[in-house]
Amino acid sequence: MMFVPGNNPGMMADAHIYGPDSIMLDLEDSVTMAEKDAARFLVHNALKSIDYGSTEMVVRINPLNTPYGKKDVEAVVKAGVDVIRMPKTETADEVRELEAEILKVEQEIGAVGRTQIMAAIESALGVVNAYEIATASKRMMGIALGAEDYSANLKTQRTPGGAELLLARETIVVAARAAGICCFDTVYSNLDDMDTFRAEVELIKSLGFDGKSIINPRQIEVVNEVFAPKPKDIEKARKIIAAIREAKEKGSGVIAVNGKMVDRPVVLRAERTIALAIASGIISEEEAL
Amino acid sequence: MRNSKVVTLEEAIRRSGLHDGCTISFHHHFRGGDKVVNMVVDKLAEMGFKDLHLAASSLSDVHAPLIDHIRSGVITRISTSGLRGELATAISHGLLKEPVIFRSHGGRGSAIACGELPIDVAFLGASSADPLGNACGYSRSENAKSICGSLGYALPDARYAKHVVVITDDLVEYPNMPMSIAASDVESVVVVDSVGDSSKISSGAIRDSKNPRDILLAKQAAKVVINSGYFNDGFSIQTGTGGASLAVVKYIRESMLEKGIKASFALGGITAHMVKLHEEGLIGKLIDVQSFDKVAAESIRDDMFHQEVSAVDYASGVHKGSAVHALDIVILSALEVDVDFNVNVLVGSDGVIRGAIGGHQDTAADSALSIIVCPLLRGRIPCVVPKVTTLITPGKSVDVVVTEYGIAVNPARTDIRERLEAAGLNVVDIHSLAAKAESIIGKPDPLPFKERVVGIVMNRDGEVLDEIHEIE
Amino acid sequence: MNTASAGTLESGDILIQIAPSEAPGIEIELQSPVAAQFGRQIKAVIEETLSGLEVNNVYVKAVDKGALDCTIRARVSAAAVRATGKDVWKD
Repeated sequence: MMFVPGNNPGMMADAHIYGPDSIMLDLEDSVTMAEKDAARFLVHNALKSIDYGSTEMVVRINPLNTPYGKKDVEAVVKAGVDVIRMPKTETADEVRELEAEILKVEQEIGAVGRTQIMAAIESALGVVNAYEIATASKRMMGIALGAEDYSANLKTQRTPGGAELLLARETIVVAARAAGICCFDTVYSNLDDMDTFRAEVELIKSLGFDGKSIINPRQIEVVNEVFAPKPKDIEKARKIIAAIREAKEKGSGVIAVNGKMVDRPVVLRAERTIALAIASGIISEEEAL
Repeated sequence: MRNSKVVTLEEAIRRSGLHDGCTISFHHHFRGGDKVVNMVVDKLAEMGFKDLHLAASSLSDVHAPLIDHIRSGVITRISTSGLRGELATAISHGLLKEPVIFRSHGGRGSAIACGELPIDVAFLGASSADPLGNACGYSRSENAKSICGSLGYALPDARYAKHVVVITDDLVEYPNMPMSIAASDVESVVVVDSVGDSSKISSGAIRDSKNPRDILLAKQAAKVVINSGYFNDGFSIQTGTGGASLAVVKYIRESMLEKGIKASFALGGITAHMVKLHEEGLIGKLIDVQSFDKVAAESIRDDMFHQEVSAVDYASGVHKGSAVHALDIVILSALEVDVDFNVNVLVGSDGVIRGAIGGHQDTAADSALSIIVCPLLRGRIPCVVPKVTTLITPGKSVDVVVTEYGIAVNPARTDIRERLEAAGLNVVDIHSLAAKAESIIGKPDPLPFKERVVGIVMNRDGEVLDEIHEIE
Repeated sequence: MNTASAGTLESGDILIQIAPSEAPGIEIELQSPVAAQFGRQIKAVIEETLSGLEVNNVYVKAVDKGALDCTIRARVSAAAVRATGKDVWKD
């Protein structure tokens, strides 16, 4: 998910050409108070007029307890945003409050149910309430970690290894999975250190995150490379699925591939790998069969 | 020394027999740092000459002082590959009575060689010259003040002009060997303080573009090259300058290393990137008509397999042995491309002249595969349009257009199209690119051109290709 | 109504300054690198946006840096709202 400041018309116009899966137009921390009103108009008009193709469009609004939040909701829902990202989410009540606000605007324009929510968890309390937040609304499609504010809230700093984020990351993954929704990791801002960035992406992938937030097109390639299944993983997955199919046809119970037992978690992982390979464009749907 | 040809500029002009109405010529190897054109024309104005035809290989922003000389009648005709800056704007608004004649580098070379563009006096700047006139675009002495590398665009002038004046800022001992311009072609040698501002001639090293769009375009272009069917051991390549073109070399290099492919030669404007690949053994030889930076200029001075080539031997369409006939792949940019693959590199979409033909027509026509790399839009200016503002390179010479919204292949090249599609590249119809551009920026109003013709674009065969009209 | 402005001189943006005017209608002064090709269209978008907000009798100074229509609409709306103090969005 690529962050684009909501007060930069040049960047908003063609952020999608770099192929991010989703774009987040920001009305919150990257926009000064004096420009919140102008950024809101920019984002509203961009969403209405620019053809972002199949890119998922997200807007990070200001919290509802600021003078900007409610107006942000109205402006972006009326422009047809896919997902509203709520910053600094701490309780399920806050989610429900946003949901009510969204519903109000949707009813006004006759598009009820169109808008989804993503909650950014950026504090200790948010982490503690992660599962409640993840299950607070049917519109909730994912939860994300905001590490800058979170580490400040913990009264510590971000370190290269990310030890201070470990609990938050694992909690968010667990909560998301328990709730059946997605989870996203935080941004990495040093564009000149691609090596550390890659290591971080590999770490969060192995922790189970579905995706990562990025701040510059240059980071897209690394994320896609790390998340794309490797050829030998795809081969292995194919073999497993073929073995299952064959076993079903023969009516036999226990299946082994390469001498290893293939039970349900293995099969699920193989199916996920194939799905990811198709989504990454590595293989086509026909090739997968 | 005996028989020394060293004289003052004024004396050199007197000896040349120059009179009103004559054709004078210059090269542009000192680019944005050139001092020769302004210095010579100032002197000619001072000496009272009028009605001169200025035939430069190209002109740029630094030649704005010519505006006054045009107003006062010293210069009444111009032939060039390109115009930029205030001079270009003034001419677009009708400064010159006679239209400017635009030719490609190869076109100018062959026009000079065949007598179509006869030169009376050539004033050729050089970074070193000996008293008999052997001259180079670099100097091997300790007093070297400037460096430009190849003198490729000066060589046809040196050979065919009636009278040649070499102007240098470093007079060295005879013999200045090996030389670019041979003494037997030279009539006078003039020594001045500076022929060019070194800081503006060439930069120390080429900075890699960090612009994400340039990187995206470069990566796409590299993929086209790699999957084109021409990316084989021994291939040859030429790239233009500009962020995207330069970066393409970087991405092709990765693939060359991976696949063990080496290039037999690189041609054209040579950059530090090319020199690096050559020194790594990835490019066999460098054929240099213009050294774009200090690294390239020093390499041509020191490396035997980095050779200078004249504009004629580089790109003449008439001379079938010119290097472009051996060239496999060329990567070019464009101001505009239209749905017939015609390219405009000379006139902006506001109708003002702001570029140069350069080697565009030559390389596109004679290379095996020509690739244009350009963004779909530059701000609110469309680069893929229904019809180019001015035709510079005809569509039949252009094979592939790479934009960040997709790659278009000339319908005549079904072979390329199939290969690129098989490689999974985003191949689209060029009409859809033009439509996409318009859907984003809107449909532009027609430009307020006037009747008067201010520029004539010649094709490589010496025929008129298009006209540039005065703009309001 | 006050004088107000919105936008920047960054590439892709447009700087809009609105001031109340005694003359009727909407007077627009436009500076743009694409004035020849899009000047008419840019002015039309500015007028249309202001009319939509029921803003009249104003003088608009626009310095364009290649902004798309959606950006022009956004900047004009922001400047108009800042000038009139009447927002488009509800509290």
